[in-house]
Amino acid sequence: MRLLHRQKGAIPYMLLAPGMAWLLVFFVVPMWYLAKMSLSSGLFPLFNFGWAWGNFHDAISLYKPQFVRSGQYAAIATAIALVVSYPLAYWIAFRGGRWKNLFLLLVIAPFFVTYLIRTLAWQTILSDNGVIVKTLQHVGILGSDGRLLATSAAVIAGITYNFLPFMVLPLYVSLEQVDQRLIEAAEDLYASKPRAFMRVTLPLSLPGVFAGVLLTFIPAAGDFINAQLLGTPRQYMIGNVIQSEFLAVRDYPTAAALSFVLMAAILVLVLVFARILGTERLTVSHV
Amino acid sequence: MRWVRRHVLTAYAVLALAYLFLPIAVVVAFSFNNPKGRFNFTWSGFTWKNWENPFAFPGIGPALRVSIELALLSSLIATVLGTLIALALVRYRFRGSATTNMLIFIPMTTPEVVMGASLLTLFVNWRIAQGFGTILIAHILFNISYVVVTVRARLVGFDRHLEEAAMDLGANEWVTFLRVTLPLIMPGILAAGLLAFALSIDDFVITYFNAGATTTFPLFVWGAARVATPPQINVIGTAIFVVAVTGMLANILFQNYRARKGAVLA
Repeated sequence: MRLLHRQKGAIPYMLLAPGMAWLLVFFVVPMWYLAKMSLSSGLFPLFNFGWAWGNFHDAISLYKPQFVRSGQYAAIATAIALVVSYPLAYWIAFRGGRWKNLFLLLVIAPFFVTYLIRTLAWQTILSDNGVIVKTLQHVGILGSDGRLLATSAAVIAGITYNFLPFMVLPLYVSLEQVDQRLIEAAEDLYASKPRAFMRVTLPLSLPGVFAGVLLTFIPAAGDFINAQLLGTPRQYMIGNVIQSEFLAVRDYPTAAALSFVLMAAILVLVLVFARILGTERLTVSHV
Repeated sequence: MRWVRRHVLTAYAVLALAYLFLPIAVVVAFSFNNPKGRFNFTWSGFTWKNWENPFAFPGIGPALRVSIELALLSSLIATVLGTLIALALVRYRFRGSATTNMLIFIPMTTPEVVMGASLLTLFVNWRIAQGFGTILIAHILFNISYVVVTVRARLVGFDRHLEEAAMDLGANEWVTFLRVTLPLIMPGILAAGLLAFALSIDDFVITYFNAGATTTFPLFVWGAARVATPPQINVIGTAIFVVAVTGMLANILFQNYRARKGAVLA
């Protein structure tokens, strides 16, 4: 009996062991090596660990514009993605009926075309001879030699598009869970439709907003493909720097330091955001 | 007024979906293009020839093959490892479950460049030559978390009375698992496997850091994009898209059919 009990206690660990070992060896250990690398000095392939905190100072002072740009682009793209996605997710959740899954598939389907090919397609769409540029020039929004490609607008548009499902799906999940009877109750109590939305639906969907913003902002801030394919070095983000420092320059210590600054910056922003959203939710429910 | 708002929202949803499909339409259309130069950016006439010879451009066939092999292997292994973790997390209370949850969650919130870079640092430190093996390791790694999350969602909504019924009828734990639990969570496992396959075949960033001389399809596209964009890229992209969407569509129709049949039976 006692033996049986002990065996039962071991089962979860046996189930966990192979997968968690993988995560430990190939996620935690690499992070530790990356941390060590960020405090090393030397030239490829010989780096020596030695508490070289200067790497962090150099990384921040040299690449501040790229850091700031990454934050700005990611924030703008996330905001646009939220505005574009919310009504779509709302429509699928409340008006989709039996075809909800089909509409969800329609949302995800475009992302089965390889990321790079999608982005190359935006290169075609935004190109100087494309319909969009010609139309904007005709209407006068763009000058006669104005372009979209190789501008910040193009990079932000690309980022917005490429991470859209990360926004739509969490929003849909939280909106789908909203109890319709609560909205009906609000309306029975003479709340107007917009008021019922502001006071009931929106607050209840905030977890989805939080998850969506997080899942969009993080990959957006670390992205380098959109800046590379739709922009110029003047639009380069911190991802471009990390990528070239690792793979072209091979200055691993600087690149490692940049990686940690990026992670720390994202973590701080996420915590601040969680705080803002959290307190807002509290105030809404107390009014 | 109600009518107007209802339709404004519908019109908006249609527009949003059109926006999502605009680049896909371009990809499909340009797979039939007959470009004059090396770049496939301006329309210059319809042709079937890209579809007749999808592997005509050197290197594209082997790259696709590597991608498919990686996606199959990594999704298979990650689905097994991830399903076991999900079972442990949902079914058992044990010391360290909070840490486990955290370790599952963090990789999903780590920017891809950072994950790719950390693996590169590991392989350099351990003097492991980069190639197919290192890409496979990386793909399994980023897939595990997604599998756990997907399978766990299915397990949480699981009716445990069914298992108790099986045990009451004399089945032991192992038989119950094989005959009751596994078939019931199979749709979740399949969905997780498909997701892992899709993430693997599409991954560029982490692969780019750890590929060595091996070329996957996305790496091929990246390399090609500097000097030329053969329309064959669009052909393969369209083909992957059609296969994936057909598979998912079939899955949805089947679930709908089963749900309706189930409703009739009940």
